Amino acid sequence: MINYILRRLVTAVALLVAVSAVTFLIFFAIPKAAGADPAQMYVGKSATPRDVEATRVKLGLDQPIYIQYGRFLKGIVAGRDYNNGPSVTHCSAPCFGYSFRTDREVWPLLIDRLPVTVSLALGAAVIWLLFGVAGGVISALRRGSIADRTAMIIALAGVSLPIYFTGLVAQQLFVHTWNIFEGGEYVNFKDDPAGWANKLFLAWVTLALLFAAQYTRLTRAQMLETMSEDYVRTARAKGLKERVVVGKHAMRSVLTPIVTIFGLDLGGLLGGAILTESVFSLPGIGRLSIDAVNVKDLPIILGVTLFGAFFIVIANLLVDLLYAVIDPRVRLS
Amino acid sequence: MRMRTGALVAGSAAIALVLSACGSGGDDKKPSTGESTAGVTGFNAATKGVVNPSDKKGGTLKLVNHSDADSWDPVRAYYAWVWNFQKGYYVRTLLTNASKPGEDGLKLEPDLAEKLPEITDGGKTYTFKLKAGVKFEDGSPITSKDIKYGIERVFAQDILSGGPTYIVDVLDQDQKYPGPYKDTDPDKLGLKSIQTPDDTTIVFKLKEPLSDFNYLLAMPGAGPVQKAKDTGDKYGDKPVSTGPYKFQSFDPGKKLTLVRNENWDPKTDTIRKALPDQIDLTIGTAVEEIDNQLLAGDVDIDTAQTGVQQGAQPKILLEADKKANADTPTTGFIRYFSINTKVPPFDNIHCRKAVQYATDKVTMQTARGGADAGGDIAVNMLPPNIAGHDPALDPYNTKSGKPQIDKAKEELAACGKKDGFDTVIATRNAGKEPKTAEALQAALKNVGINARLDPTDASLYFRSTIGAPSNTHAKGYGLMMAGWGADFPTGYGFLSILVDGRTISQSGNNNYAELNNSEVNSLIDKAKAETDPKKAADIWGQINKVVMDEAVMVPFVYDKALNYRNPRLTNVFVTEYYGMYDFASLGVTK
Repeated sequence: MINYILRRLVTAVALLVAVSAVTFLIFFAIPKAAGADPAQMYVGKSATPRDVEATRVKLGLDQPIYIQYGRFLKGIVAGRDYNNGPSVTHCSAPCFGYSFRTDREVWPLLIDRLPVTVSLALGAAVIWLLFGVAGGVISALRRGSIADRTAMIIALAGVSLPIYFTGLVAQQLFVHTWNIFEGGEYVNFKDDPAGWANKLFLAWVTLALLFAAQYTRLTRAQMLETMSEDYVRTARAKGLKERVVVGKHAMRSVLTPIVTIFGLDLGGLLGGAILTESVFSLPGIGRLSIDAVNVKDLPIILGVTLFGAFFIVIANLLVDLLYAVIDPRVRLS
Repeated sequence: MRMRTGALVAGSAAIALVLSACGSGGDDKKPSTGESTAGVTGFNAATKGVVNPSDKKGGTLKLVNHSDADSWDPVRAYYAWVWNFQKGYYVRTLLTNASKPGEDGLKLEPDLAEKLPEITDGGKTYTFKLKAGVKFEDGSPITSKDIKYGIERVFAQDILSGGPTYIVDVLDQDQKYPGPYKDTDPDKLGLKSIQTPDDTTIVFKLKEPLSDFNYLLAMPGAGPVQKAKDTGDKYGDKPVSTGPYKFQSFDPGKKLTLVRNENWDPKTDTIRKALPDQIDLTIGTAVEEIDNQLLAGDVDIDTAQTGVQQGAQPKILLEADKKANADTPTTGFIRYFSINTKVPPFDNIHCRKAVQYATDKVTMQTARGGADAGGDIAVNMLPPNIAGHDPALDPYNTKSGKPQIDKAKEELAACGKKDGFDTVIATRNAGKEPKTAEALQAALKNVGINARLDPTDASLYFRSTIGAPSNTHAKGYGLMMAGWGADFPTGYGFLSILVDGRTISQSGNNNYAELNNSEVNSLIDKAKAETDPKKAADIWGQINKVVMDEAVMVPFVYDKALNYRNPRLTNVFVTEYYGMYDFASLGVTK
């Protein structure tokens, strides 16, 4: 098992380095190769060529791309020093560089936004797992019933309706028309747990609706397939109660693909739920990334991308480890 | 060019037409000074006078914006709303714009200075004396050296990029001053064109007269900074206040809270009312949610001041009680397109005139949101807030906005292109501009001009796409969509950079048409040196006429924005200096 974990960890690190290299190339090398000058984006309207050159030097864009990338990696491992005008500031490891727009360190920005994104992702995950899996199981066990059809219609609607529609409608109805939930700015859990939940609830439900739909359909299909397996028939033939057959035997098989997709979904969301955070004015990593994209703040975009990749890789790793727990054959292979 | 931000959604023709039909449209009534103290109510009241005049102090002013400032460091900021905010709350300068409605708001008044400068040496020396008792938020007195140091920071473009650099152009005078961080002077005060003979006197030595120099000193970037408190590119996270409020907390991208600066002495400040006890700016709220909160009375104003979204426009304009709390000020921005004199067939003036006549300004206005949410039809290149603006100057008779097909065809024939020709329209690929360009394309098609749209990314549009003549020539951009707002409301601040043939540059060029007219150039020199504002305005009027006669730019809309104000606000009026509510004057009733 230890070897298996080590193998997976090495693969994860290699994957992150590869992602960083590709991302860095996309953001820093390709625009340059296409003739665009990134330094021009960060100077004032009336900047002279001298100002543009000075900005290029300050941002390190005058260096060959491999040196820029080397500095970037060094910053993550050992930190970097930056000239901020009157003095030199040290950006401690893991240093993802400074925003080209605001000169703020990227890493603290990411960490600052993380609790919002985690709050959103975990809350939504609980809802979609609960309702998605339960809905799927009920649909499968009562195939063709009203409950099945209702669940499938909701699932189809959930998949079809985009967040920027359901989110706006939900806010308009529940916040501004019926005044059931409060609008306004996000509050931290530790400052006001009730306010935190109040602000997030609609976002959780809206986001969960999107994901629950997929889980309902997946669980239903998986459950239908499992229930026709020989071992389920055997379990029934042994006289086990249906609750035990479904809950103990069938669910174990159904959970395997659910865990896989859940890991990927949660990992992706922890890297930022751009639409949900934007629609619900939540200052998370997704909002940080879209704001950075809007002003072409490359270091932040790069940081968010790597952050998202990190969570996906970690989530995959955890899924793999869970596989090993659920199915011992994985360890052997 | 000062910039406006905000997510502007392109308007659908149907809604825009409804709105333009409901709105007041082109109300050109100018407020007089006398209306400013009487108190006015209703739709567009804040463009005519003061809504809810009051001196009542207290409460928290709740501001909101979808985006953070480009920088809270006054040297690095360029957004118009950020300048308005800085001026109102925490940055004082030698002179600043008067906090008054109407044309009086375009004038400069002494702020840190005792009085307007003494101008000597044929307009080349400006001497200011500082008021007694002006202090930073830590209680230190503001000295002339702090002002000089603050201005020197503008020169450090390698560290503090992003803001306007007019003052560098005027004060560097071939010294190649690198800014204070690379200054070899032990006091970091090595800029030779500014002298500080004592702590309360500051003298600016210009190389040549510049009648608008005072306006450069009124920009927030010319405010004082203490050398010991200068944190370089981190200064924007907690700038040291000289105004009535100071930063209490700032969470980037989320919230800024200002509280009273106890070291600000109201006796030294005739500009700012400083009514609220606290100012909260919530950052990052979705644009639709901002409108919802405004209409529910949960927040007071959107500091972006770029107008409510399309979904909220009918709610305001079609409901009388809501409409009474809204204004559609002229923002000071002009929407126009340039005609490239270096791209055939537009090297022929008749082909340029054909475009002037063929343009359907009404459909372009509609694409921008109609008369209320978009703006008034523009007929020449000086908008209403610029001295020298003359609504009667309409050489192509475009006040109605309708195209004149016959005249366009006559000009095409005179140009030798009777059956029309092909060209390319450059446009940004976001906001209202693509729709506007499509409206232009459709209008030109009616006279046989086949224009292909070339939409490109907005971030480098002005600097590289249409700001690099080599690129415009290579891509064959005959027509280039553009917008422009003055950094300060004078003809020099607005027009010179667009039409001075001597400023055409290979990158970041603003004279997109590449007009190099000797009469225009010499008139610009004359206007710059003219110290009488009225005479200078007349000269800018002449320049405007020559430019229009050259047919190199087609103005189509003087921008307006449909802004909503919470009824609980006091002292609300639009400052023509920024074309938005005067933040410095706002108070709250509860």
